[in-house]
Amino acid sequence: MKNALRISCSRGNLKVVRDFVTDSLLNYHLSPLQLNQIVLAVDEIVANIIIHANGEDESQHLDLAIDVNDKAFGIEIFDNAANLYKPSSYHEPDLPEFIRQGKKGGVGMALVNRIMDRVEFTTQGTQNVCRLYKSLAQPEQ
Amino acid sequence: MKITQHASADTLTLLLDGELDASSSVLLDTELTKPETLQYQKVLINCQKLNYISSAGLGVFISHLQQFQDAGVKLVFFNMQEKVHNVFEILGLDTLMTIVPSETEATAI
Repeated sequence: MKNALRISCSRGNLKVVRDFVTDSLLNYHLSPLQLNQIVLAVDEIVANIIIHANGEDESQHLDLAIDVNDKAFGIEIFDNAANLYKPSSYHEPDLPEFIRQGKKGGVGMALVNRIMDRVEFTTQGTQNVCRLYKSLAQPEQ
Repeated sequence: MKITQHASADTLTLLLDGELDASSSVLLDTELTKPETLQYQKVLINCQKLNYISSAGLGVFISHLQQFQDAGVKLVFFNMQEKVHNVFEILGLDTLMTIVPSETEATAI
């Protein structure tokens, strides 16, 4: 099953994205925790692209394409920002230090990396693509 | 996100109703930034109606915790839904913040 969505770069659209991901997974009998984790990972990436890469410029848009079946969830997120996230800049967050510093951001990518099985960022011409992949296979009893 | 406040002599309780994401977390940050918040001994966060939290919501709590501790204010979460608690667990925040099952236990801290 494939689903597509286009949104403008406004953080007010994050709820639209979460509902889009939730609806795409409704028929796959995930646990509430699994479903919430996948929705969260997509929300984190889209929030980063809207706020940091596109500076909440509502004249810009993102395209999302979900490909889901019984075995796996995959999503591609396309945008055209010049300011591309570099995975090589990622550092595991030191939470006690973040608390000491009163740091507000910096844990979103840790959530994404810990939840998803594969996280890829590529650029094709002027288009950036983020691909997230998560196996939906149930662990053997 | 709707935030309802209840204050007693030494305790401020905030009931969070809705979803705490990069859009709505600004509202919570504004509430916790108010200087009078630091005058209480305890700030209790009732999470019963909190259906979702993203890193932006977690970031609000992370960013205020040290200031609360320095001022002697205890920050305590209670009635947290399993899927919200799971997000704290993924990052290990459940061991760095005080999360208890019920209001009775939160009040007793």
